[in-house]
Amino acid sequence: MTIMARLLVFNIARFIVLLMLQVFLFKNIGYYNLATPFPYILFILLLPVGMSNFMLYCLAFVMGISVDAFYDTLGVNAAASAALAWARIAFIRITLQTDHYENYMTPLWGNVPFRWFFLYTVLLTLIHHSVLFMVEAFSFHQFHYTLIRILLSCIFTVVIIMLFSLLFYRRKQR
Amino acid sequence: MKNLWLILHKYNAFFLFIVFFGVAFYLVVQNNTFQRASAINSSNQLIGGAYAEINGWRSYLHLAEENALLAKENAALRKKLQYYITPDSVERGMTSDTLRDVQYHYIVAKVTNNSIHQKNNYITLDKGTRHGVKKGMGVISANGIVGIVLNVSPHFSTVQSLLHSETRISASLEDSQTFGSLVWGDNYDARKAMLKDIPNHVKVRKGERVYTSGYSLFPPGILIGRVIETGISGGDSFLDIKIELSTPFHNLQHVYVVEDYFADEKTELESLNDDNG
Repeated sequence: MTIMARLLVFNIARFIVLLMLQVFLFKNIGYYNLATPFPYILFILLLPVGMSNFMLYCLAFVMGISVDAFYDTLGVNAAASAALAWARIAFIRITLQTDHYENYMTPLWGNVPFRWFFLYTVLLTLIHHSVLFMVEAFSFHQFHYTLIRILLSCIFTVVIIMLFSLLFYRRKQR
Repeated sequence: MKNLWLILHKYNAFFLFIVFFGVAFYLVVQNNTFQRASAINSSNQLIGGAYAEINGWRSYLHLAEENALLAKENAALRKKLQYYITPDSVERGMTSDTLRDVQYHYIVAKVTNNSIHQKNNYITLDKGTRHGVKKGMGVISANGIVGIVLNVSPHFSTVQSLLHSETRISASLEDSQTFGSLVWGDNYDARKAMLKDIPNHVKVRKGERVYTSGYSLFPPGILIGRVIETGISGGDSFLDIKIELSTPFHNLQHVYVVEDYFADEKTELESLNDDNG
């Protein structure tokens, strides 16, 4: 039960910290309009593996809506987060055998191999950002511009997420 | 029934995705002005094109009416024109007046989509940037004013109809020349609008005509409608006058987009006032 409590506390802390970082720090960082990082998705990426789908969608949605509230784009991040949750379920079902890993494991580098974690982050970030920027643009007008925004932002977000996980990885080793 | 549950359970990730994404998408369209504008207004190629196609067929049904209307307008214009072409020996020699350049240009457009039953109504026209339509231009019909151009794409433009809760147009009364602002307000009738900000001391007559004042995008002297309720109630310092609109919004076919050649010059000049203040 203490493990569950720890998970709960960690995830709540992650939610608050990532949300605050996103809306107060990363909102102001960007390369013009082309690369804007959204590392708040790390919260959704790091939810425990054995979590029920419904719960996962709910949490992803709440996170998205909270970010939206600060960005004044109600629904855009929530939609992208819902897509991210779906992609996460599919990716985990395809790549992980649930009996091999214990339930309620946080899919963080250290618990899982680095290559798996990297692929996981890149693919899911790509899906999240694709949905996000396409819903935001809301048309296929100047589609190449949207594509460039997706790619550059994706790189930016992945770099930040990797830095974060590096931080946590070291702490775990200690 | 059991199989249905099995399918729902087996693919629950997908169905949950549909639900959550649907809710989020609904929020996006409902709450973000940009997305709402581009989802509901039909200036995008696909919907605009579809409407143009359907309207091409439908316009045949209104040909007779439309012809009559155009003929009537022709007659009115001819009547006006005669003042210019009648050989008037007194006026002759003064006709080349360079001070009064042509100020307004009219672009003929066809209505491809129209609504009158919403709280905020929009109209789609089949003319866009390719034809010189720009954002913020006024739109009139043969019988009165229609609205203001809101968005423009290469081939289409959307018009914020007069029947929109945020449209305000400067209008003046025929007798007293007092001007106020015309709003649709909280009306739900496509034939009526309100004239606000007319001071209480102004005498308003039932049946009095209301014209555009020329202070806004529209040329002065275009008929807007007639007063049907004078709104004298006392208490307030402004009258609420009810107007019967002369534009038949329910069967709009041809409209004119008003291009004001001096608009930029005017706004530029007027912006100087703010700078000084």
